[in-house]
This record gives sequence, C-alpha cells and structure tokens, in this order.
Amino acid sequence: MWMALSYACWGISIVLALWMLYDWFKVDTTFSEEVLTSSREGELEAVSEKHRI
Amino acid sequence: MTVTLEPAVHGDRVSLLRVLGPAHVWALGVGIVLVGEFTGWNFAADKGGALAALIVCWVVGLLYTSVAMIDSEVTSTVAAAGGQYAQAKHIVGPLMAFNVALFLVFAYTMLEVSDAILLGDTIVAKAGVEGLTHNSFIAATIVVLAWLNYRGVLMTLNVNFVITAIAYISIVILFFSVSPWTQGAVLKLNELVTPGNALPYGWIGVIAAFQFGIWYYLGIEGTTQAAEEVRSPARSLPYGTMAGMITLLIAAAMTWYVCASMMPWEYLGITYYPLWDAGKLTGSPLLENLLFVATLLAALASANGCINDAARAWFSLGRDRYLPTWFSAVHPRYRTPYRSILFLLPIALAFAFIADLNQAITFSILSGVLQYTFMSINIMMFRKKWPLGSIRRGYTHPFHPIPAIVLFCLCVVTFFAIFLGFGSQLIAMVAFYFLISLWFHFYRYRFVRRGDQFTMPWPKPQGI
Repeated sequence: MWMALSYACWGISIVLALWMLYDWFKVDTTFSEEVLTSSREGELEAVSEKHRI
Repeated sequence: MTVTLEPAVHGDRVSLLRVLGPAHVWALGVGIVLVGEFTGWNFAADKGGALAALIVCWVVGLLYTSVAMIDSEVTSTVAAAGGQYAQAKHIVGPLMAFNVALFLVFAYTMLEVSDAILLGDTIVAKAGVEGLTHNSFIAATIVVLAWLNYRGVLMTLNVNFVITAIAYISIVILFFSVSPWTQGAVLKLNELVTPGNALPYGWIGVIAAFQFGIWYYLGIEGTTQAAEEVRSPARSLPYGTMAGMITLLIAAAMTWYVCASMMPWEYLGITYYPLWDAGKLTGSPLLENLLFVATLLAALASANGCINDAARAWFSLGRDRYLPTWFSAVHPRYRTPYRSILFLLPIALAFAFIADLNQAITFSILSGVLQYTFMSINIMMFRKKWPLGSIRRGYTHPFHPIPAIVLFCLCVVTFFAIFLGFGSQLIAMVAFYFLISLWFHFYRYRFVRRGDQFTMPWPKPQGI
C-alpha cells in the first residue's frame, strides 16, 4: 500500500506541475506584460487613508 | 477554456485579491509555526536538559511576543505584500529592505524544505517498508501546495485554517488524555526532571538551548505577508497575530509539560517526533494515530504558509524592480503572484532533495533571527521618524522601547547560541548577505525607479 501511495505521489506531482506550466504558458500568451505586471503597492491606502489624526 | 479577467480593483490593473479576515491571518501565522511543537523545540533538551527547554519556551516566548507586538504596530500602518520588506523600505532604506526580503525568502523557503523532509521522513518511519524513500512524498508536498497557492489565497488559507486547527486540537486532546492534573499515573515529571538532571550542562546549556527554543514560535511574523490581501489590515493583522501568539504560548506550554513528563531528557532531546512518541507512550492506538496524522498536518500547514509568504516577498522585490519586474506578475484569474510561486518551486525541490534536515533548519533559523534583529532597530526608527500622533496606526504597542530592547538582547543571545552549534554556517550566511548587498548597491539599484518605491502617503519624517 505504501509503495502504491508513493507512486501515486509521483503521479500527482507530475500532473499538477504540468498543469501549472500549461496555465502559465496560456496566461503569458493571452495577456500583455503590462497588464500582468500592473500591480502597485499601497494603492488602497492611497485612496482610503489620508493619515489625518 | 477561456480566461476571464475579473473586474480589477484599481482601474485596469490586476492586483492581489483582498479577501482574507483575521481567521486567515491566524491560520497563516499559527500554521507556519505549529510544526515546531511536533518537532524541533525538543532539541533544546539535548542542548541543556528538560528544564532548559522550559526556560527557553518562556524566554523565547518573550522574544516572539515582542516580535508580534512590534510587527502588529508597523504592519497595521505599512499594509503591503512583502511585510517586513515593505516596512524596511519605508523606514530604514532600500539596502536594508533588499536584505530583509532575502531573509524572508530564505527563512520561509528553508522552512518549507524542512517541513517537506519531515513529512516524508514521518511517512517512511510509519510505513517501515524496505525500499520506500521520502522523495515522492517530498515532491507531492511541495508541488501540491504550490498548486494550491497558485490557484488562490482564499482556498490556500481556508485549508490552512482547517488543518492547523486539527493539529492544534490533537495537542489539546493529548494533554487532557494524560490526566495533566495527576502526577504518577501517566505523567512522571517528578521522576524525570529532578534537581540532579534538570540542567545537566548548567546555565551555558540554557544559552545553547536558545537555538532550538526558536522552534516553538518560528514564523509567527509571517502573518504580515498577508497585508495586501486582508480586507481590513489595520484591524485583522494585529488581531490575528496576537491571537496566534497566545495560541502558540498555550500550545508550547502543554507540549513541554506532556513530553517532559513522559520521556527522559536524553531521549526527548534526540527524537524527531516528541508528540507522536508521547502518543505512543500513552499506549492508546487512537492517540498514536491521531498524533501521527497531526504531525503530517502540521508539516503541511507550515509548508503551505511558507510558500505563500516566500512568494509574496519575492513578488514584492520584483514589483519595486529590486529584481526583474517579470516576477511581479499577478495571475489575472486567481490573483496570485504565480510567477514567483513557480520560480521558487524548483528551488525548494532541489534543496529538499539534496539538503539534510539540520542544514535546512539552521539556515531558516539564521535568516529568521537576522530579521528579528532588524525589527528591533526598525521600530526604534519608526517611532522616532513618525512619533505617535503623526500618522494613523491600527495598533500601538505598549511599553516602548522595552519590547525593542528585550528583542535586541534576546537576538544577541540567540546568535551566540547559534554560533556555539553552527558557527561556520553563521559566518557563511553573513558573508553571503554581505556579498549580495554589494551586488545590490553597486549594480542592481540602478534599475530601481527611486521615487516609485515609496508608496505610503505619510508626512515627511521628523529630523529629515
């Protein structure tokens, strides 16, 4: 049973790793680099918090 | 299948998703740490005896309470992914921030590696099958958890909450199963810890035990990495972090009491599975199996939180151009830093296959203590540059500057303890950070857009 579990772990790892690589490729070819890297730090704070006491 | 771009939070930008609450913050912090009760803390007994393990439980608890208080104050104000990295950037400066981010990535990646090795070794020990190795279990742990992190932070931390709670409840069940109010029936603390063997190496043994006492709480500061994904950072982060610290202090005390009352310090100090062994010693198959499963769940929760935190620190470095901006990509559907998660995945796998548990743990602890040392300096500068009343704080920690001073002094003691046990690794790591700092200062910093990296809408700091 343990050996079967071990083989199942290899199988699951390979399948999920391949899925992530596929999804990575799909996202990178679907969206522009500007959109993907458009996140900016502190935007919510800039909008909602004025830091006035 | 088509990828749909959900409405972005800020115009057309794709940001991390604000979906987490205080329970997720608790699950992240306690999830990373709780594995330390299942293995790691007990090596303090090998260094200084059972009483030394208890002394460091409380003294290191003081160190981490200071960490949690200081972190809660600063993070409730600097609510950005990267946690202590974003704090360092705004309060100390870019070079410190770069180093802190590397401390974070090393501490969490090496802890993830340690967790995966522990999980694999635990399964192999339970199976007792000749020819079965831990490699497949290590690979599955790292890849499955990376996949979970890739798919979204909400599910990742929901899972962490459930498995952390089960692991924690197992400690509580073990504690009440051994009649903690009665000595002599199951627990034999009076016989196992006597004035003659309580501190077998004297007080220098207590100092040496600091190195592994860190394991009781290592990683609680990881809650701050969720700053950009919690709905109300000023409330959720202090609440989740402080609740997590209280939870861990109780768990640490229960764990020491049960284990020190059931195992002689000579054995307790070398076993890899103190709580699982305690379950076996009760003679109950149910408790034995419960603690076996809880050990696995604690390792999983810790690795899961570490992947989350390391990826966000790496992502933040990319976003500020401290590293190539390529790493700052956010998945348009899952809203996770997917490239950072994928980049760190093979690195964790490589270390897990080639490094041994002791080396990985030591590198994790070293990076963690370097970070705590920074935090004691950071809060002093923060209070000096932006005194109370100058900016809005979600939480203000009491008794300043006593927690900062206590934290700094305890970090110095811990460095000395690490030097006693792993002096060459300590020197090698400091040399590494020195060289990488030179690279950053003389080469990489030219690519940074200097005005863009400071994002907090704060008033000008005092004295500048």
